[in-house]
Amino acid sequence: MKQRATVLLGSAFVALAALAFAATRVIAADKVDPVADAKAFQNFFFQKFPNVKHEDFVNGPYSMNEDMKRQWQEKEEFPPYEFALDAGKEMFSTPFKNGKTYADCFPNGGIGIRQNYPYFDEKEGKVVTLELALNRCREANGEAPYSYVKDEMASLTAYMAYTSRGKPMDIKIPDDPRALAAYENGKRYFYTRRGQMNFSCASCHVQSPGERIRAETLAPALGILNAMPIYRSEWSGMGTTSRRFVTCNSQTRAVPLEPQSDEYRDVEYFLSYVANGLPISGPGARP
Amino acid sequence: MKRSLALAMLLVMSLAPSARAANEADYKAAYAAAEAASKEAAGMRNQWTVTVSALAAAKKAADGGDFDRAVAAAREAEVLAKASIFQATSEKEAWKAMEIR
Ligand code: HEC
Repeated sequence: MKQRATVLLGSAFVALAALAFAATRVIAADKVDPVADAKAFQNFFFQKFPNVKHEDFVNGPYSMNEDMKRQWQEKEEFPPYEFALDAGKEMFSTPFKNGKTYADCFPNGGIGIRQNYPYFDEKEGKVVTLELALNRCREANGEAPYSYVKDEMASLTAYMAYTSRGKPMDIKIPDDPRALAAYENGKRYFYTRRGQMNFSCASCHVQSPGERIRAETLAPALGILNAMPIYRSEWSGMGTTSRRFVTCNSQTRAVPLEPQSDEYRDVEYFLSYVANGLPISGPGARP
Repeated sequence: MKRSLALAMLLVMSLAPSARAANEADYKAAYAAAEAASKEAAGMRNQWTVTVSALAAAKKAADGGDFDRAVAAAREAEVLAKASIFQATSEKEAWKAMEIR
């Protein structure tokens, strides 16, 4: 019985997908234009939510709902990420075994630079996220890398975000065809439907922000990374960007990719680029 | 595209219970087909969690000697894997319809 239902669902999905496919044939392939993309992306949200102040989009679900926003502002008096922030600060200033620190790996000693990540590394030919840069710093100094989905990484990125609060996101796409390709790949990943539920990131965070899914209010895609990492009561702890991507993939019954896989790096690049100009607000706290 | 749809329908029909009980050879054949399809889906970076669980259920049933159930689960896994392959293939172009412009 259960099997029949699943299979029916599977074939219904195939039929639907076939329709969707037929309908999209008309759109011609045109060239990648990130500046125009970012403008259209921001305008879409500004028009859809005319009452939300532009800089408020970076507060995820709280930008969508006045009641929630009030609860959040009360919470900010005793923020639940404080513990992670203190831990991150401590970790950041504690020397590695070789005597160096994280500050030696980053521009400006790692302070106030969150808004420049991820960046495109022309030597490697790939996108480098803050989480990746932190682990590379550790490995370059003879330390074992941290898990991308656990507390240590969340604490470090929380501290780095905190020192950058209020700075406008400032992602560059250098004049390098590989950078443009990475951006385009991130965009493709963001809009591609996946999982048995046939959802893309956009199905939830573009088409349905402000709506509730189970007990949660969906965050708008605009500025969706500015508050990372986040504390979530549901996780009873902090979550990194990697952890969030993995969780979102699983929700659609798609097997998540490895943290810091090319697709995840590229989608982070895309989402950050289209949020250029909006302030860093991390670390965030969620209900 | 039309062909995949017909294929999916065929697969659905082939799931109708057969008269005789399934044996180990039936299971092995069904499992091999499902596994091949699921590997292809994974190669396209589009594995579904439900495919993975159906494959695991098939293995578990076979280990317990319940080949009817094992074959049914393996076929379910194959259908799901094929649907995910179809999804990944059509999305190569279809994603553009969702883009904010
Ligand atoms: C089934 C709907 C769904 C899909 C599809 C989905 N998400 Fe989410 N996402 C959620 C929910 C629910 C939350 C938690 C509530 C919230 O903050 O939006 C969330 C939260 C997030 C957050 C944290 C936002 C914040 O401010 O707390 C990010 C970042 C995110 N998703 C990115 C993605 C990306 C990238 C994809 C595509 C790979 C994706 N999501 C696909 C449902 C979805």
